[in-house]
Amino acid sequence: MIKLKINGKDASFDGDPQMPLLWYLRDIAGATGTKYGCGIAACGACTVHLDGGAVRACQTTLGDAAGKSITTIEGLSADGNHPLQVAWRELNVAQCGYCQAGQIMNAAALLKEKPKPTDEDIDALMSGNLCRCGTYPRIRAAIKQAAANTKGGAQ
Amino acid sequence: MIFDRPKDTPAALPAISNVSRRAVMLGLGAGAFVLAIDMPKVGAEDAPKYAGDSMANGLRDDPKIFVSISEDGTVSVLCHRSEMGQGVRTSLPMVVADELEADWAKVKVVQAKGDETVVGNQDTDGSRSMRHHFMAMRRIGAGARGMLEAAAAAAMGVPVAECEAVNHEVVHKPSGKKMGYGALAKAAAALPAPTGDAIKLKDPAKFRYIGKGNIGLVDNMDITTGKAIYGLDVRMDGMLYAVIARPPVYLGKVTKFDAAEALKVPGVLKVVELAGPAAPTEFQNLGGIGVIATNTWAAIKGREKLNITWDNGANAVYTTATYRKGMEEAARKPGKVVREQGDVDAALKKAAKVIEADYYIPHVSHVSMEPPCAVAKIDGGKCEVWTSVQSPQAAKDRVSKRLGIPITDVTINVTLLGGGFGRKSKPDFAIEAALLSKEMGGKPVKLMWTREDDLINGYLNTTAVEHLEAGLDDKGKVIAWKHRSVAPTLFSLFVKDSKNESTLEMGMGLVDNPFEIPDMRWENGEATAHTRIGWFRSVTNLPHAFAIQSFVSEIAAATGRDPKDVLLELIGSDRKFVPKTAEPWWNYNENPDLYQVNTARLKKVIETVAKEANWGRKMPAGSGLGIAAHRAFVTYTAAVAQVEVSKDGSIKIPRVDLAIDCGAHINPERIRSQLEGAVVQGVGIAMLSNISFKDGVVQQTNFDTYELARMDSAPKEVHIHLVPSTGYDAPLGGVGEPGLPPVAPAIVNAVYAATGKRIRALPIGNQLGS
Repeated sequence: MIKLKINGKDASFDGDPQMPLLWYLRDIAGATGTKYGCGIAACGACTVHLDGGAVRACQTTLGDAAGKSITTIEGLSADGNHPLQVAWRELNVAQCGYCQAGQIMNAAALLKEKPKPTDEDIDALMSGNLCRCGTYPRIRAAIKQAAANTKGGAQ
Repeated sequence: MIFDRPKDTPAALPAISNVSRRAVMLGLGAGAFVLAIDMPKVGAEDAPKYAGDSMANGLRDDPKIFVSISEDGTVSVLCHRSEMGQGVRTSLPMVVADELEADWAKVKVVQAKGDETVVGNQDTDGSRSMRHHFMAMRRIGAGARGMLEAAAAAAMGVPVAECEAVNHEVVHKPSGKKMGYGALAKAAAALPAPTGDAIKLKDPAKFRYIGKGNIGLVDNMDITTGKAIYGLDVRMDGMLYAVIARPPVYLGKVTKFDAAEALKVPGVLKVVELAGPAAPTEFQNLGGIGVIATNTWAAIKGREKLNITWDNGANAVYTTATYRKGMEEAARKPGKVVREQGDVDAALKKAAKVIEADYYIPHVSHVSMEPPCAVAKIDGGKCEVWTSVQSPQAAKDRVSKRLGIPITDVTINVTLLGGGFGRKSKPDFAIEAALLSKEMGGKPVKLMWTREDDLINGYLNTTAVEHLEAGLDDKGKVIAWKHRSVAPTLFSLFVKDSKNESTLEMGMGLVDNPFEIPDMRWENGEATAHTRIGWFRSVTNLPHAFAIQSFVSEIAAATGRDPKDVLLELIGSDRKFVPKTAEPWWNYNENPDLYQVNTARLKKVIETVAKEANWGRKMPAGSGLGIAAHRAFVTYTAAVAQVEVSKDGSIKIPRVDLAIDCGAHINPERIRSQLEGAVVQGVGIAMLSNISFKDGVVQQTNFDTYELARMDSAPKEVHIHLVPSTGYDAPLGGVGEPGLPPVAPAIVNAVYAATGKRIRALPIGNQLGS
């Protein structure tokens, strides 16, 4: 039996420990905010936090996640008002929106490391997240806006 | 500022919370958006139909279908077009709300089910939603406003002429008495909807939302909190999960298969063979072996364990390098003449100089971030589908035919689309989900395409070779122009063995060439399709614009002139014309009396983008500017790209400017967002994206080999310039697609300006590498 925490709540799984966390979250735990995009860690749509750090849920097995604490987009903030979520709405970043949960989760991890990221920081840490609609200019702007609106950097 | 927040775009208003309210819907369309209504009138019985009227099931503009108001005043507006990132769920209801004098904070958007007999045409492609539906949405809002005013007048016992709807209330102007929309809803719903001249459209000076860009996306909160439901996110009790192993080569068949190992995978419930189609395959599923399991992972693992022998069939001949040579040979031989003026051969003979070039563009794939997917269940002989589809009516029709049940027994629920770009116009995935549900006794089945499936078995934008010849007189002026296009046609989906581009494809930037040259000819050579050719954002405008706009800069280089000056000279005098084509001019199904090729508008976007991008400035060594312009979807766009090429041949694109004239800017905020996206997508097409075949099989299987623009390769600066319109009465152009065609040629032309090296084949890739 694998035990883990998802958005602060206890969860367990007694199936194949090789199952990627992505499919556990989506099909079994019902947390569909985390998206499938490629299955090979090449698009970032499935980005979640594992003990606070960004990981690709498609390449994180349940075995890897055992005993760990997972945060998904549904649990990033209690009320949907993480500075990034607010900035994303203020700048109308989304087009289709499908990749944006992964973008926001990756950006949240970036801001923990670099509260005031430069363009180079954003290039380096956000280039693993694809957006087919091409919202990168607004994602960049929203990350900077969230950083600017957070005292001492984003949480 | 990384992207422009222009002066006309204030910070977005807070978005409404798009959750259901508990109030009983009494409203104008009480009883679930009931059946309507007269078909639109089109004058004489056999008069040609254009725009929305030309589409299957036409336009609807009845407020009783599209608007309902509950007792608490919540206005629900039906969105009958599919949301795939263009913002249609915000922009169309915004038009209704403005004409209705509704307070946007009290507006809720309800997604229509797929049923064109109720809501009219729902095909969400062709950059048509606002272009075709703006006036219908205005009439819907204005009609509902008229009903509320009439109900208020009756309730207050005053003449309706003394009543005016203002921000969710009807005011009796002489007395100042007011009644809210919620209180009026029931009485208003009992009135007939006004028609014709009885519909009083607003004075555009009084618009509160239209043209303002002050509305946040209705789905913003759901998207940013993970609550938005795309097709892949639909869940229901007892739902099963499936993937399908499809033939690796188009029209290949299963010879034999062994499912024993697959069935041993824990969670795998069943393995079934699905029959494949014969050509033409249109929107039919490709057949193959389906694996149904209790979760997606088990289905994928089970599929890996299948042992399948395929008969690859005739399309195993499809290898890109060989095929490209064949297209190049066809492009050097005379083809079918599709438009001609003067005598181009004589003019080329007398020319002081002739320039020739062949351009190549590969297949590209849509790769919407959400792959094709659908959930279907069958209960009591009726099928219900939840899917992210651009063409819900086609899905309804094909599912009913394949299941052999009446179309009225199929329900199509349209979810949000995680991107579409034309792929989700073809509902083969909905058919697959329905067939698999049937195999499982009607249980709900979620069918997902993996990214590999999406790339290997997709519908691809066509590949093309474009041959161009220009004859120059002794002063360097172009006196002759010959353009021959060769590309497998998307009509091969619908008509077996089609080998010529359709009027639709040739109408996208080939035969509507705007140049003013005495002797010109356009030809189309034959090409055989060996894969599913399907429309991708901007379709054949991509190869046509890439070739024409690259060639213009080549002519400029050959004559030592500025590319922008040559482009403007080729476009020539200000004029509006209908091209004299061999077959009727397609013109995006628009009325040629309202929409022609308008050279003044094309020149205006060029002048605008050149000014904004500071065209003509001296660039440092290794840097260059390139320009391109194009008419697509009856809209005019021009781009200037700035590139920096390092010594090792790697290319950076720091900035792209793009100007558009699409008529009035109904939601300028979403026009800008779509064009920013077009620039980024265009960068990917110019630099990276390439689908190639070997022995009939796609060689790019995921995002590691099929590359797209990413944060670090996208331009840091994207500047969108909206050319002011002449007003809301002028015909609208499309927005979603026309931004894309000029981007790649502008980049290639900038690379030439920076390096003196001419790229004639996309993607640029490492062609500059040593």
